[in-house]
Amino acid sequence: MTLDALAHRLGARPDATATAAAIVLAAYLLQKSPAVRGLPALARAAVWTVAWFALVAAAAPIVAPPPAFRDPYQIPTSSFAIEPQPPDAAHPLGTTENQFDLYYGIVWGARSAFKVTLSIVGVSLALGLVLGTVAGYYGGAIDEVVMRVTDVFLAFPSLILAVVIVAVLGKGIDKVILAISAVNWPIYARLVRGEVLSLTGREFVTASRALGGSDIRIMLRHVVPNAMFPFLVYGSLDMGNIVIVSAALSFLGLGTEIGYADWGQLIALSRKWILGAPGHAFVYWYTVVFPAVAITGFVLGWNILGDAIRDRADPRLRTRGGLP
Amino acid sequence: MTAYVLRRICLFPVVAFGVTILIFTLLQALPPAARAMLFIQNPEQATAIAAIIRKYDLDKPMYVQYGHWLRQVVHGDLGYSQSARMPVAQAIATFFPATLELTGYAFGLIILVGITLGTAAAVHRDGVVDHVSRIFSICGYSLPVFVWGLLLLLVFYGNLQWFPPERLSLAAGLYVQSRAFHAYTGLVTVDAVLNGSWWVLWDAARHLVLPVVTLTYFLAATLVRITRSAVLDSLSQEYIRTARGKGLAESAVIARHARRNALIPVITLSSSILIGLLGGVVITETIFNYPGIGRWGATAALELDVPAVAGFALLVAGVTVLVNLAADVLYGYVDPRVRLR
Repeated sequence: MTLDALAHRLGARPDATATAAAIVLAAYLLQKSPAVRGLPALARAAVWTVAWFALVAAAAPIVAPPPAFRDPYQIPTSSFAIEPQPPDAAHPLGTTENQFDLYYGIVWGARSAFKVTLSIVGVSLALGLVLGTVAGYYGGAIDEVVMRVTDVFLAFPSLILAVVIVAVLGKGIDKVILAISAVNWPIYARLVRGEVLSLTGREFVTASRALGGSDIRIMLRHVVPNAMFPFLVYGSLDMGNIVIVSAALSFLGLGTEIGYADWGQLIALSRKWILGAPGHAFVYWYTVVFPAVAITGFVLGWNILGDAIRDRADPRLRTRGGLP
Repeated sequence: MTAYVLRRICLFPVVAFGVTILIFTLLQALPPAARAMLFIQNPEQATAIAAIIRKYDLDKPMYVQYGHWLRQVVHGDLGYSQSARMPVAQAIATFFPATLELTGYAFGLIILVGITLGTAAAVHRDGVVDHVSRIFSICGYSLPVFVWGLLLLLVFYGNLQWFPPERLSLAAGLYVQSRAFHAYTGLVTVDAVLNGSWWVLWDAARHLVLPVVTLTYFLAATLVRITRSAVLDSLSQEYIRTARGKGLAESAVIARHARRNALIPVITLSSSILIGLLGGVVITETIFNYPGIGRWGATAALELDVPAVAGFALLVAGVTVLVNLAADVLYGYVDPRVRLR
């Protein structure tokens, strides 16, 4: 691509250009910050991996411009042929089943991945924070009810409850977000409740109560800010897990609709071609390798980053939570 | 401790009740005709949907329907699974042994690999083994199980033709169902030994390799890390210094003192490994086309086979709750500090 063409593309999408520039700037500042410099080499590499994915996601409209008047998350197809085609000039990473362009799918898939993970962590944090704080602070019957509800949700392996919810609600990225949030919040609620329980007996809470502080004030000003941190650490550890579960749903054919830019779906599309042609097992290697690298890199980045944050923040939080 | 275990046991029916409510609430998102499938036992009844909706009040408020459904569930009538072409209870009986066989081997291998590698990593801290095990486990929990399974399938079946998917080859599958072969347990490898048909055993083992390895890698990774930190923790204890001081060989110090005490957190983790296996079989059985409950559940979800989805969810939740309960009890049993309290 010539510089002129690049400048034109950047100018065509000022919003994406601005976000991408902000991410580059943030990555540069992070590199200079003592917090990142003090991390082990592996964790620094993970910071860069996550920053790279964020950059790809932000710059998606620039590096993979969507066709006009179409949903940008819908991967364009170039013909109606079924058989995947190897990388060439028009399709830098080749095409997968039904001619969906792999390059486009992976670039916009990074956006979907951030959309899914951030929404789910956001919803789980919010629900977990409210219910966990209320349960831990008031105790008694409220606590009992909230905890029994979490027991019921935790009576399923997370993937299986998500499968049941998506099966009933139907396909679509919003349903995937809803299903995984529903599966995820109980862990957050329990985590917060534990923190809140240990905080409510502390002197500063008693002092605030003696000064006439209302329950709401004590919760918002004294309990929640102190309970937040381990919670955010868990959130960062959870990012990789969420992307695996959402991709697993798409892999099973229950996640996003056909043609939606989503790594799990790209892997699902490679399934029929995975065994290659007789005698040439690896002819369709690109259909599985590129999406696999994208998803594994994303998860690896978040896992190593989450581990580093946890080790730095709180050595007690050592066990990993529910496995996917 | 006894009080704690008793409380867990008393909570069991509460959670079981909650699970049925959760599943039935989810099914409310579907039209009554889809829920009607929960109440039929054979495909002929599927023609009289309107009558079933009326009979079981499926267009009435949820608590009315729930009562009817719960009565069916308690009697073991879980409806007819269209994707499996048999009643749900029969489908579970058909598919569960295959899953049990798969998860049984995977669980054994996970424990073996996890504890061996975890102990070795702790003993040779910051040595080559430690670094290898670190990379092994980071990749293990970052590589999605479907990516790992597909890559194994690509290399070991697509390219090398060593380990085929599914459960048995055509010939072995037919032989196993014939009169000549007596199914004692439903676990093909065990039945093959009991029947003395070694070629069936060989065939079944070849088919089991890839799914077992897939499940093992994805779950052993966590166990390696936990075992490592637990062994490191117990190696720094005073009784280890005592054991070394009285002149015990290093191997005995590690096997009898360090590792044995490190096994307590491992036992608590093993319940989450079993639950992880239940989630993992859905993907693994789908990849390898292995006829267990995981593949059945995934197909049912895809085809919106409502009774199968509900039955599968009930089964998995039941197993999960029982495994957790067993872990609580076992934990009190193995750790004398907990028991005496």
